[in-house]
Amino acid sequence: MVQPLLSIRNLHLTMTSFDGEAYVLNGIDLDVRRGEIWGLVGESGCGKSLTGLSVSRLVPEPPARYGEGEILFEGRDILKLPMREVQALRGKHIGMIFQDPTTNLNPAYRIGVQLVDVALAAASHDASVLDCPAGAGRRERRRAARRLAGEMLDRVGIPNAAERLDNYPHEFSGGMRQRVLIAMALIGRPDLLIADEPTTALDVSVQAQILKLLKGTVSDHDIGVILITHNLGVVAETCSHVAVMYAGNIVESGPVAEVIESAAHPYTKALMAAVPTKESKRGSLKGLGGTVPNLIAPPPGCRFAPRCPLAIDACRQALPPAINVRQDHQAACIRLTEAQVLADV
Amino acid sequence: MSEPILTIENLSKIYAPKRTIFGRTAEVHALKDVSLSVMKGESFGLVGESGSGKTTLTRSVLHLETPTAGRILFEGQDLAHLSPAELRRLRARVQIVFQDPYASLNPRMSVRDIVTEPMVVHQDTLRLSRKQQDDRAAELLSLVGLGPQHLARYPHEFSGGQRQRICIARALASGPDLLLLDEPTSALDVSVQAQVLNLLCDLQDRLGLTYFFISHDLSVVRYLCNRVALIYRGEIVEEGESDQIFDAPESGYARMLIGAMPQVKVRCDAV
Amino acid sequence: MSEITEATLDEPLAPRQDKLRRAFFRFRQSRLSMLGAGLVAVVVFFTIFGTVLAPYPEHVAGGVATSTRFEPPSSAHPFGTNELGQDVLSLVMAGTTVSVLAGFGVVLIGSVIGTLFGAVAGFVGGWTDEVLMRFTDLTLTIPSLILAMAIAAALGPGFTNMVIAISLSWWPGYARLVRGEVLAAREEVYVTAARAIGANPGRILFRHILPNIVSPIIVKMSLDMGFAILTVAGLGFIGIGVRPPTPEWGTLLSLSRSYMPDYWWTAMAPGMAMFLAVFGFNLLGDGLRDILDPKARR
Repeated sequence: MVQPLLSIRNLHLTMTSFDGEAYVLNGIDLDVRRGEIWGLVGESGCGKSLTGLSVSRLVPEPPARYGEGEILFEGRDILKLPMREVQALRGKHIGMIFQDPTTNLNPAYRIGVQLVDVALAAASHDASVLDCPAGAGRRERRRAARRLAGEMLDRVGIPNAAERLDNYPHEFSGGMRQRVLIAMALIGRPDLLIADEPTTALDVSVQAQILKLLKGTVSDHDIGVILITHNLGVVAETCSHVAVMYAGNIVESGPVAEVIESAAHPYTKALMAAVPTKESKRGSLKGLGGTVPNLIAPPPGCRFAPRCPLAIDACRQALPPAINVRQDHQAACIRLTEAQVLADV
Repeated sequence: MSEPILTIENLSKIYAPKRTIFGRTAEVHALKDVSLSVMKGESFGLVGESGSGKTTLTRSVLHLETPTAGRILFEGQDLAHLSPAELRRLRARVQIVFQDPYASLNPRMSVRDIVTEPMVVHQDTLRLSRKQQDDRAAELLSLVGLGPQHLARYPHEFSGGQRQRICIARALASGPDLLLLDEPTSALDVSVQAQVLNLLCDLQDRLGLTYFFISHDLSVVRYLCNRVALIYRGEIVEEGESDQIFDAPESGYARMLIGAMPQVKVRCDAV
Repeated sequence: MSEITEATLDEPLAPRQDKLRRAFFRFRQSRLSMLGAGLVAVVVFFTIFGTVLAPYPEHVAGGVATSTRFEPPSSAHPFGTNELGQDVLSLVMAGTTVSVLAGFGVVLIGSVIGTLFGAVAGFVGGWTDEVLMRFTDLTLTIPSLILAMAIAAALGPGFTNMVIAISLSWWPGYARLVRGEVLAAREEVYVTAARAIGANPGRILFRHILPNIVSPIIVKMSLDMGFAILTVAGLGFIGIGVRPPTPEWGTLLSLSRSYMPDYWWTAMAPGMAMFLAVFGFNLLGDGLRDILDPKARR
């Protein structure tokens, strides 16, 4: 099999806080290949964003500290690379999009200037980005960068792209700003795109457009995407694969169709039962009691056990290993092996 | 259906242009000739995206904003013609729950002070002694799924879902008939959202409240509301029974919105 | 319903004292803040006990010992003696009381007047705001020391008059700070919630707005303490503050001015005391700002 683009192996991350060490990531395993869109879902405080930020080493250390585990990007362990090379990776190979499109653009500069800067930075790692001769002068490179910026804006669906390069961020609507950020993330032709709640702040109609754009980008450029969201609907409509996170663990992962249609882990089932659908009758929604546990003193064994309707004593003994439900579809629940629970799946 | 509790007639709101050092800003038509009525005991959903005028409409109903034209009637009384004293009495009967449970509670007040505040403010009509206020606060907390042991605590000690319950308890404290719910669950996780939605259903059945539910989340509106109005750029584009609107939308905007709503279902065109 | 209730009660609540403990933890992380707190503690200690603990209380009371004029620092007089043979250490220790109390008085009165002006201006808005803030600006245009001198000259010398004089030039800073904070707090959702409940303006201002803007005021007060002490000393130095024989740092410095540089120790002790007090209050203020000011925290 081909080597995955990104391979996270048994990643552990602790955070030092006033109250002690918090075990925020507790053995994450994730493989992302080109052409795949992985959705990371879970409640807030489950470690979704930290997983995404870890890939581009954007988690401040300290307070964070990586324990066991590795993050292999095309075979190289990001956690062991010197910071200079990580920066090169960020500029060229890994793009990031964040939730809030307003705070990630500098309001004082025209967006063209900001895009050109990013393009030139990417070109300093890989000259082919700009598509201009090797010996080109500064001015020529700038012109090429500006042309590229215009093309990128056009590609993310901004009308009159070339003219809008001279606009300031406040002259764009929220959805348009998010498009600009996507253009900015894609300008260096990254191999991997990490999108952290890219549509949470946007209206549904704009959300649908942005997600469509994201899907189009994946098929056009054959890149890998990690889409962090708390919205199962977004995952179902956009992603090819999904990993459900709970309290620093991936509790279930697999192809999106499989996981949605035949969820195996009780947490995944609970999340799905909480979403109102066309069929749900008034008052019939099932909420999930309790909250994500305190990660400084996590419950022993399965971290979901205290909120789990199926929990038995054995669940509280040891962290459950991932079990194959079907091929590629895994869930970390010891009760899965029992015939009656499996039959229910 | 019974008689309307809230009637909005031809409501318009125009924000006057502002003169700044860069010149004049344009006139903003936040609401254009909006008319709708909310019946006693029903859940009325108002769906719109950002900038559609939802917030202006809510603020007008609460009389925090003066409309440019049109009338707002509460049980047939025009809000604009009420005396300050009558308006204050009316505020006891129309209450609101805001979107962000982290911002809508005063961090320096204990839960007891927060929940009893409406009773203190409306002391002249409610006439509750200090002891009665405390009892009622405890009663309200257990109604929303918290307990009397939480009375002496401060907002920062609670999670988002618990805070929203406190907000609901505060809104219920003055014994309102109409509750404005301004995206009360969009800042919460789905699991918590489900609990709060169930609580709202339960409270409506028990207390016979009328809900005016504002949201951009169609699935939540469909779950809770029996009638829905869609607002787009300050105009109502479609109004009707929620099943009818969701199953057979007439306007293009409604069709677009419903189509854009992500569903937890695998579509055949998934990658 | 019952199932919802149980589920919610299970949710853990943050311990009550947490916020304070966390704040103290953060404060302790900074050595400079701790140094500031230590210096302020010493200053406050001498403010209360300085007069009692002074080794030569008779000198503090105004007694002279002409036989021991201008003695350099020794074990009997660690900071030497002055032109009247008085022990400089005793005078400086006793002087702490006057200087710090005057500084505190100035900051307290200034902040009360300023908060009143700023809160009303920011909360009422419109013409009231314009009138109050233009009056504030007007006061700001007059150099504070000159204004204080003028007021002090009009009122006559003395401790109380001096404090009043400086306070009257001190409040505009608070008025502007409080107005800005009130304008911001007025837009908070919990304030809108209180208006929706039907709370009257007084209740909104005193229960919802002011309690939430206390932190920046306290921070500014502790930062201002140092400058207030300096201003008090400045008035003492030019002779319209506290009159001798009441010991006060500025007056002490002013008297020793004529004997520099031969009898340097007479100026050294009050100067150092002033330096350390101002330094301490500034460091403490910086530390407090880091933990109290929500904008720095988020």
